[in-house]
Amino acid sequence: MRNLLPILTIVAAILVMWYVAATALNAPWARDQAARAGVTLSVREVIADTWAQDKPRLPAPHQVAAEIWNTTGAMVLDGRGFSKRSLFYHSWITFSATALGFVLGTALGIALAIGIVYNRTMDMSVMPWVIASQTIPILAIAPMIIVVLNAVGISGLLPKAIISMYLSFFPVVVGMVKGLRSPGVMQLDQMRTWHASGRQTFWHLRLPSSLPYLFTSLKVAMAASLVGAIVGELPTGAVAGLGARLLAGSYYGQTIQIWSALIMAATLAALLVGLIGLLQRITLKRMGMA
Amino acid sequence: MGWLGLGMLAWLLGWRINARLAQRPRTRTSGLIAPVIFGLTVIVIWESVVRGLGISPVLLPAPTAIATTFAGSTSILWADFVQTALKGALSGYVMGCGAAFLTAIAIDRFPFLQRGLLPVGNFVAALPIIGMAPILVMWFGFDWQSKAAVVVVMVYFPMLVNTVQGLQETDALQRDLMRTYAAGYGQTLFKLRLPAAMPFIFNGLKIATTLALIGAIVAEFFGSPIKGMGFRISTSVGQLALDLVWAEIVVAAIVGSGFYGAVALIEKTVTFWHPSQRGRV
Repeated sequence: MRNLLPILTIVAAILVMWYVAATALNAPWARDQAARAGVTLSVREVIADTWAQDKPRLPAPHQVAAEIWNTTGAMVLDGRGFSKRSLFYHSWITFSATALGFVLGTALGIALAIGIVYNRTMDMSVMPWVIASQTIPILAIAPMIIVVLNAVGISGLLPKAIISMYLSFFPVVVGMVKGLRSPGVMQLDQMRTWHASGRQTFWHLRLPSSLPYLFTSLKVAMAASLVGAIVGELPTGAVAGLGARLLAGSYYGQTIQIWSALIMAATLAALLVGLIGLLQRITLKRMGMA
Repeated sequence: MGWLGLGMLAWLLGWRINARLAQRPRTRTSGLIAPVIFGLTVIVIWESVVRGLGISPVLLPAPTAIATTFAGSTSILWADFVQTALKGALSGYVMGCGAAFLTAIAIDRFPFLQRGLLPVGNFVAALPIIGMAPILVMWFGFDWQSKAAVVVVMVYFPMLVNTVQGLQETDALQRDLMRTYAAGYGQTLFKLRLPAAMPFIFNGLKIATTLALIGAIVAEFFGSPIKGMGFRISTSVGQLALDLVWAEIVVAAIVGSGFYGAVALIEKTVTFWHPSQRGRV
């Protein structure tokens, strides 16, 4: 916890910079309004106004916090915690696509990695394409994937999950290939002296020693999967989900709504990545690796 | 049926050749040829499946159709490339990476800030930064400036975290040696710590190349002038002109791989001493 004080300092600095930026960016509008009303504002009044506008260029942190509270906690207290206006509802939509894509991507990634490690032909012909596949900006073709899959009759969760899957399988493949190859010659020879079959070597040596690599990749994959789900929601006509909130907010200039959706997405990302971190700690500790 | 048979044949042939290649000791040529054969096989299979099953071009155009469109609309593709890749992505990439590099060097003098910034930076690097795109488009207008701004925000933190980590790479022995030479802060930085940090810096630069292109294209979904790769993709999808979309994807793939390859090539010449570069065939 010796890092706590430095982290708090940085966070505080960011908040201060945010307030300063909000004042600077919103001041022209405040002055403009005042000039039209025929009043001159003192510095104190300008600052008070810039922190409380309806559609500010940059909302102040407390405005975003209030909006988040109104669309989450307050609605839960009202008993409408899962209504369509609630951010919990939108987060749930995004989360379900993220989770499905993440699971599919992880499964595909592990399968590919096992194939690459055990089959030289696959290693030589597929691995370069796995790397090349990531230089194609898949997010850019997300709209096409959604539209095409819709035309074939697949809609709803799956198209978004496929985009998430494409983004999340790559870190898993790279990490798992590295991890499955991490046992040294000595360890492999030891298995051979015990007359272990290929399957036994895999389950008792290769797979366990790949786990630290796997967990590190899973964190990256989860973050990528969330980005995929959010971008996948953009072209669906802004129906539901955090990405749809972003798009709707940008259409109607509701900056506070955009920022609250952003913060919610950030919280979701932190929670999911934190969860994997926790799993990693527990698993590796029980295996005696941490 | 004939087309599907051809696809099967191509698959068997391609796999046979690659299996044969894989049995031999690995050389530079076989390392290059195997993926090329695999790619060609996939394209032939794609073409024959589209023809064999009569898949509508609205769903999945055949590779030949994409190539025809690509050849026929080079002027549009070039204009989009200039708008998105050069004006948006490249300028943002240079500004973002430059700013992150300078910030890292400034922060490097204060261990207190460093300890706070690394966790925060790692956290921000995992966030869906792309969500900032609508806000930045609102601030900087529809033209390439807003796309460059999105790219700056996207590449800043990965680059910052990598550079800060790289600058910590030297061990006490090496720094003590510099001290016995009576080297000042600047000399230690330029002669020891920056060169030692280069593998990390290039790692950041390589991650940033893909992020930059993605950022520039996705930012165009939130508003753009009537050219640009993201604009063309989203409008052509609306018009069901999927061959043009795929041509645009080919451009994006070429640009992405070329950009990444260029940075990797520079890395190879700058960090020739690093174990990961020496071991290559």
